[in-house]
Amino acid sequence: MSLTKDQVKKVAKLANLPLTSKEEEKYAGQLSKILEYVEQLNKVDTSDVEPTFNVSGKSNVLAEDQVRTSITQEDALANAPKKSEGFFVTKGVFNE
Amino acid sequence: MSDITSLTLTQTLQALKDKKFSEQELNSSYLNRINTLNSKLNIFLEVKKNTSGIPAGIKDVISTKNIQTTAGSKILSNYIPPYNATAVERLLEQGVSIIGKTNCDEFAMGSSGENSAYGPTKNPWDETKVPGGTSSGSAVAVASDCCVFALGSDTGGSIRQPASLCGVVGLKPSYGRVSRYGLIAAVSSFDTVGPITKSVEDASLVLDWISGGDNYDSNAKVEKFTLQPQGLKAGVKGLKVGMPKEYFGEGLDNSVKKVIEEAIEKLKELGAEIVEVSLPHSQYALAAYYILNPSEISSNLARYDGIRFGQSRETIGAEVKRRIMLGTYSLSSGYWDDYFAKAAKVRTLVKMDFEKAFESVDAIVGPVSPTVAWNLGEKVDDPLKMYLADIYTISANLAGIPGLSVPCGFSEGLLRSVNHERSLPVGLQILGKHFDEETILKVGYAYEQITDWHNQKPDLRFKI
Amino acid sequence: MKNYEPVMGLEVHVELNTKTKMFCRCSADYFGKQPNTHTCPVCLGLPGALPYINKQAIENCIKIGLALGCTISPTSLFERKNYFYPDLPKGFQTSQYRWPLCITGNLKLEDGNLIRINRVHQEEDTGKLTHLGGETLIDYNRSGVPLVEIVTEPDFKDTSQIKDYAKKLQQLFRYLGVSNADMEKGDMRLEANISVRPVGQKELPSYRVELKNINSFRFMVAAGEYEIKRQITALEKGEKISQETRGWDEDKKSTYVQRSKEEAHDYRYFPEPDLPQLTIDNGQLTILKTTIPELPWEKSKRYVEELEIKKADAEILAEDKKLAEFFEETLEHGVDAKDIANYIINKKIDIENTHPGQIIEQLKKKKTGVIDSLEELEKIAKKVIEENPNFVEIYKKGKTTVIMALVGAVMKKTSGKADAQKVRSILEQLLTK
Repeated sequence: MSLTKDQVKKVAKLANLPLTSKEEEKYAGQLSKILEYVEQLNKVDTSDVEPTFNVSGKSNVLAEDQVRTSITQEDALANAPKKSEGFFVTKGVFNE
Repeated sequence: MSDITSLTLTQTLQALKDKKFSEQELNSSYLNRINTLNSKLNIFLEVKKNTSGIPAGIKDVISTKNIQTTAGSKILSNYIPPYNATAVERLLEQGVSIIGKTNCDEFAMGSSGENSAYGPTKNPWDETKVPGGTSSGSAVAVASDCCVFALGSDTGGSIRQPASLCGVVGLKPSYGRVSRYGLIAAVSSFDTVGPITKSVEDASLVLDWISGGDNYDSNAKVEKFTLQPQGLKAGVKGLKVGMPKEYFGEGLDNSVKKVIEEAIEKLKELGAEIVEVSLPHSQYALAAYYILNPSEISSNLARYDGIRFGQSRETIGAEVKRRIMLGTYSLSSGYWDDYFAKAAKVRTLVKMDFEKAFESVDAIVGPVSPTVAWNLGEKVDDPLKMYLADIYTISANLAGIPGLSVPCGFSEGLLRSVNHERSLPVGLQILGKHFDEETILKVGYAYEQITDWHNQKPDLRFKI
Repeated sequence: MKNYEPVMGLEVHVELNTKTKMFCRCSADYFGKQPNTHTCPVCLGLPGALPYINKQAIENCIKIGLALGCTISPTSLFERKNYFYPDLPKGFQTSQYRWPLCITGNLKLEDGNLIRINRVHQEEDTGKLTHLGGETLIDYNRSGVPLVEIVTEPDFKDTSQIKDYAKKLQQLFRYLGVSNADMEKGDMRLEANISVRPVGQKELPSYRVELKNINSFRFMVAAGEYEIKRQITALEKGEKISQETRGWDEDKKSTYVQRSKEEAHDYRYFPEPDLPQLTIDNGQLTILKTTIPELPWEKSKRYVEELEIKKADAEILAEDKKLAEFFEETLEHGVDAKDIANYIINKKIDIENTHPGQIIEQLKKKKTGVIDSLEELEKIAKKVIEENPNFVEIYKKGKTTVIMALVGAVMKKTSGKADAQKVRSILEQLLTK
């Protein structure tokens, strides 16, 4: 499976990763190599196999609906690069 | 008192009890050592000058309240968690203090320590070599006696492999044995938190301390792990130990193979019955791993958007970017069946391989790493080559089973007369059934007691 | 000249009124609170945080599913819906996709048509964005509050059906006690998918237009009507209709483009690795079924059929659960249900401050004809006092027993139907003034 620079561009956008043109080229090559390697999974017969998504062996892990104290507004905002009057601030997004 | 820092956790606790020295002396001894070694070996990203508690190194992917936690990345260079990971809380309750946050590959992705945004940690046995990863700092901290023990994390071998390359004990617990709350997530269905220690007994004790459910990790087993000393020291007589034929074929370095086989002979001497087993889907495990791993990573790293914390996304390093891209691609529209779902099915087969093998044996042994520590820079330009370093460790993460790495010798050759350097450490991997840490610790302990590898320390005189 | 028909589906999101959030135990009561005061590492999406499911939320979701005749999946999974937006702290929403909690239900409308329900699933709400100048302010108090999503098949044939359906759902949520379902507060949100096709065509249209961010039934109906007309006009002209998201402009009375859908979101769903599966067996379902009250449309049907109450009245009584319960409490006492219904509805009884027994008493009195209205009795008493000055004088001189004569006079005037006790005390009051 070979990835073109264009495909890499699309994936980078989906992944919200700003890439330079040089990076796009580099990754196209490296990712293609890795994807080629993983192709070998097609050799494995998994027709009668259920997928494993979780190895904890648990089901129905549920909590009672009881309030636990939240962290303070100060702690919540402590690491924010930009904040104002109790809010996190980011550059404008176009409202829906 | 330079001897203080060479003591194991068990010995340290006894010595404190016997009032051989105070906690203050304990901490200042370790701090002195850190002062002299840290700039050369690049072990700690943050050091705390405590005067009490048992000093432990905490891998920098584990959240520590009010203490900088970077995950080895520039994107979190100024992140200070408002809470402790459960494993850290449990240690603090036992009187442990955090002497520092150890260096690691960025977001726990890598196999050598070279993916840290803060420069690689150096292997104390030979500074030109990699220490292994991703718990590079933690393994080196323990190997160079810069802390009593350390916590690491293991997603595909990240505790066992650096432990093996640095000649210390590393325990990957069963998935769900230790709460992951506070562990900065890489691959949620593989990640585990575990101890890196100077002895097997220490590993057993730390696991006891940190294990058990909490109100935060839905996948964690409620019951704690506990192993009484009599249990740990019960020996291996009559135990059936499996050697997977797939782990001794092509790809395994001859010098490593020799050491491992000698180690297994020792187990035989101790009364264990060595049986050949097969894990037929081993060859596909790495491919399955390198679809599932990047897929979950791509999602787990979405929260790093620079709004609530951290820097902007362009400060993410190359390997992490690569995996996010790979994961985003393999999860994207139309590909779920071909990649993620397919890999998840192969995961089932790998898991079943182990379940089948464990019907006839109690533990499985083999190498941790196909080679000893390699040169810094040797594999950085070839991601796939780097991934192949993990072939013997990743299956345990796919299956969720526990794995222990114990020092079992040194490779021959590469005795460099210039610096009188020793040859490099080799680790023996012991795998067990899900939630059967008891058996692998028993095997590890028995082996350790009839060998002297765990008492070998790197010669750091020139560094001091 | 073709005839076109609308093909419409509806997605409803309802915010549950649980005490805590979906995946953490922060208080879910966020309305009017100071920003970012109901958060924790989990709902803030801090590194290392993990989700832990709210049991009550799951039960509420299943109850909604059961009430809508759904099949509850024996095994279901949460999945991650991955996309980037500032109100989404983890960069993904923990939701359901391939394995939802409830599937294939239905709701019968007033006109007898059945709307098929595709799924009822569980997910979490996002934070709240406020736009100020060129910046966006974010409050995560609402982040992680439990949401249930209900999706229909494109079975709606006209907009009045959409209104009927939405109103019924709103009633249902309130009856089940799982949400206040207040459209203005955002407890309940509607999204419609509108397209048109030539009458007689069996296949679904190749496109659909999504109507979003419309916070009242009235506006949704107006927007739907507008859209249908717009699309038919476009198709008749031979134009192609873009797949897009539109809002409603109440001033201009038209829909407008909010977001182009030509690049549909690729959410890259995969099972949430941090959460084990949900499994439910028949035993548990049976227990949950018993907690579902008689539904409003079932009640009103029963009132009409069994109690012979007229349909309009039955609907009023059944609309609000508390009123229905109040009504039902009055039924045991041997008074005609129709009379009670009339009384309650016409007298606009304040059920908060009235005991059901009082209604019965009133009605019984009416039947036997006892007059006890203070207003009425006062009127008559005043007249009696006017007409009997000599008795009044005797009373005022101290012989209070003479009051009985006055009482008697009132009784005579009301042909014995007055409430004697009340008459006496009214007279006493008037005489001592």
